[in-house]
Amino acid sequence: MTQYEAVIGIECHVELKTKSKMFCACPNRFGGEPNAHVCPVCLALPGALPVANEEAILQVIRAGLAFGAEIPAFSKFDRKNYFYPDMPKDYQISQYDMPLAQGGVVRYWLDDGTTKECRLTRIHLEEDTGKSTHAGSGDGRIAHSSYSLVDFNRAGVPLMECVSEPDIRSAEEAVGFLDALKRTFVQLGVSDVKMEEGSLRCDANVSIRPVGSKDLGTKAEIKNMNSFRSVSRAIESEIARQIAVVAAGGRVVQETRGWDELAGTTHSMRSKEEAHDYRYFPDPDLVPIEVDRTVVERLRSLMADLPIARFERYRGSYGLGVAQATQLVDTPQLAEYFDSCVGAGGGGQQAANFVLGDLSRLANETQTPVWESSVAPQDLAELIGLVQSKTINSKIAKDLLLRMWNGGGSPKALVEHEGLAQTSDPGSVERFVDEVLAAHPKVVADYKAGKTNVMGFLVGQVMKQSRGKANPALAGELLAQKLG
Amino acid sequence: MSEAMELSAAEIARRVNAGEVSAREVTDAALAQIDAVDDRLGAYLTRLHDLARVSAGRVDARIKAGEHLPLAGVPVAVKDNMCLAGTRTTCGSKMLEGWVAPYTATAVARLLDAGAVPVGKANMDEFAMGSSCENSALGKTCNPYDLGRVPGGSSGGSAAAVAAYEAAIGMGSDTGGSIREPAAFCNLVGFKPTYGRVSRYGLIAFASSLDQIGPLARSVEDAALAYDVMAGKDPMDSTSVDRPVEPAATALRSDLRGVRVGIVKQFGTQGLGPEIDSLYRRAYLDLEKLGATLVDVELPTAEYGLATYYLIAPAECSSNLARFDGVRYGLRVDGEDVGRMYERTRAEGFGPEVKRRILIGTYALSSGYYDAYYVKAQKARTMFGADFKRAFERCDLIASPAASSPAFAFDAKSDPYSMYMMDYYTIPISLAGLPALSVPCGYVLPEGSSRPMPMGLQLAAPLFGEAQLLAAANAYECATQHARQRRPEGAL
Ligand SMILES: [Zn+2]
Repeated sequence: MTQYEAVIGIECHVELKTKSKMFCACPNRFGGEPNAHVCPVCLALPGALPVANEEAILQVIRAGLAFGAEIPAFSKFDRKNYFYPDMPKDYQISQYDMPLAQGGVVRYWLDDGTTKECRLTRIHLEEDTGKSTHAGSGDGRIAHSSYSLVDFNRAGVPLMECVSEPDIRSAEEAVGFLDALKRTFVQLGVSDVKMEEGSLRCDANVSIRPVGSKDLGTKAEIKNMNSFRSVSRAIESEIARQIAVVAAGGRVVQETRGWDELAGTTHSMRSKEEAHDYRYFPDPDLVPIEVDRTVVERLRSLMADLPIARFERYRGSYGLGVAQATQLVDTPQLAEYFDSCVGAGGGGQQAANFVLGDLSRLANETQTPVWESSVAPQDLAELIGLVQSKTINSKIAKDLLLRMWNGGGSPKALVEHEGLAQTSDPGSVERFVDEVLAAHPKVVADYKAGKTNVMGFLVGQVMKQSRGKANPALAGELLAQKLG
Repeated sequence: MSEAMELSAAEIARRVNAGEVSAREVTDAALAQIDAVDDRLGAYLTRLHDLARVSAGRVDARIKAGEHLPLAGVPVAVKDNMCLAGTRTTCGSKMLEGWVAPYTATAVARLLDAGAVPVGKANMDEFAMGSSCENSALGKTCNPYDLGRVPGGSSGGSAAAVAAYEAAIGMGSDTGGSIREPAAFCNLVGFKPTYGRVSRYGLIAFASSLDQIGPLARSVEDAALAYDVMAGKDPMDSTSVDRPVEPAATALRSDLRGVRVGIVKQFGTQGLGPEIDSLYRRAYLDLEKLGATLVDVELPTAEYGLATYYLIAPAECSSNLARFDGVRYGLRVDGEDVGRMYERTRAEGFGPEVKRRILIGTYALSSGYYDAYYVKAQKARTMFGADFKRAFERCDLIASPAASSPAFAFDAKSDPYSMYMMDYYTIPISLAGLPALSVPCGYVLPEGSSRPMPMGLQLAAPLFGEAQLLAAANAYECATQHARQRRPEGAL
């Protein structure tokens, strides 16, 4: 039987987080009373004209640079013409043949830690539409509805479209790719990238071909996926459907298919024959964009460590596991905190343990992000240093961390001020050991009778007696000697 | 008619600034003139009695407070494709018959801020598509020099209003000749600045890459005065040019010494009949008498002007006019579903010429035809620019007729092509984005008529040569005084 592989390309729309909308001064804000954030421009009143938002243009350029895309010296806006009630001008200002960014590669990783690459075709800038609510049609669609309401608050919000090459081979890779986009855009601060809120929307072009073939099969475009999970499920379902069609002697037809979350299947929306002729042409209301090379170079030089580079560094240099590395990379501020800590001498694995363990737990409990807490990364590095030099033991370290969280300050100072340094001096530890043995004759008898598991209790008592300062390993050794 | 209405805009502003007359008195005179003649003439679609009086009161208060306003108290007719907050702004279309603009166009706001008083919204060919005002769906405007003839278009209402002393300045918009041709038909100066000189914000678009606002006036000086006020960069219009505006009104000349005037081989006048031909020959000689040197220049691509224009302008309009869909404002004709609603609204809301151009434009942009039509037209457009640039190496201005005939009778141009031909001389200049104007240059007797009708001389300058252009036109106007030889008897 023929083995098939999937060939997948992703197109996604990302709402940019700018102060104002793409072509007018209205605030770019999610929510609000319907039609509260509108003006003559984004309502397309007669005579109103668009003026391009420079902040949005720079954000797309930064997104392009993050993936090593080429930023052409010259770009322009085009009109994509089609009628729809929530699109006020009945054309969308978009970019057709001269996008702001061309090419580039998205490197991403899978759960097992392997890294993959997917080429980008382009990244361009356009404007979002309003939102329609259709009443009386049962399924919420415009067909057969009795009336519709339109909210134009979202109309004109800057939208960045990223189009990938068909380099993706599975649902898992598709999600890995989307995760990489998400992480990168969050880190660049260009978008919230929340699929559930609609600030990330994506379509997948799926086709299959016999393994080993270099040809591209006929693709179906899958829409209406509203979470990474549904992207994964939809792609798997579509691959299975196409294989079944071909196995039954049929042919896959080029069409747009909608993902049905409840049914867990895709269904045909429209065929290629029904495709729009968008009549693209350069928007005469907007002047072409000449991209200043010095601006591009400045943006490039300001580009921070990207998620994939971080991930590889965390894995390679510090030996972190995939889960820990991913967890850090997923929250850029946390990763920066971690980096600062490591930079200040707090060894990688220990720093990761503290940041993702105790500190994250405290952050959860107190609803304060780690990077805004009173524990400075340098203080954490100092704490790790104290543990590594065996100046304090791990129990004291935990207590200290809590106090640093609550009040702040250098752990070294706390240790010195309160005499918390671990005691490894056999003489003083021996004193504590003798006191404990004298105080618990029954336990000593139990031990001698063979119940060696009381050793833990005795070490604990030594720790207690020494107010945590005794080196527990040394205490154990001395106890064992004395009980001989 | 009150004597005040025969004053130039410059003189009105001088007297109002000097406190010799109030803006309110001038405004009342203008409103009285409108009420006296406009029922016959039809220049205005909306008369703005209340707004005009309020505006005049504000101007008077500012003058009292010591301000000097360049257009103090000057009554202005605003073409009905320019938004003026609180006024009906129809574009001469059933589509927007009841639409009240909630904001004001930049160019209009600048004029009002300079003390001008809006007295009415002027009729026009629907969405500025036409050369006679006959395409207005909302009213008929007559030529003040002969009520049986058209005022020209598309800015015909503004032209008729200024010619019939119902305003001192008219605001027009010119896409392929829509200021210059009605100016020629109504014995006025009509001036289209360089594309990008005047903000288009609030001007309801016909063809975005060609539309340009400009003044119509009874003298070059008045046109220059209005231009100086409306020109300049506007942050609301990305295509408006950020470049200092050389004041034109204070740089007018009385001779043409040292000016080389190009006479374009492809803009010959023999074909227009002996009377018109000799009128223009005389006009060119008059330029020479003023000290200009006449040079022959060529615009080899000029004959492709109309073909190019009638691809680019409809292409842009097919997209610009999509927003008139019945969803948010203007006419809505209900249908069983949204598609049917679009179709019925647009079928009823747009007139035949608008539909024709939307269809041509949609076709020209369609996949498979785009390269053959739109792309080729854009290439041709680049060639016009290059042609003019070459011509302007040999001359400072170009002179030609503004229109190929005087104002014609209603219904005389029944086929679209003969109407399009009216703009033969103006369109190539529009495609190149150049500043140009029409200045009165005499009269001809139309066939079968006993009323002489005015003709216009078109002068065009290189990009941003507005000040030089107006200066030269002033010299010609002062020396010839053609406009003063006849009065618009039809209207008075
Ligand atoms: Zn807005």
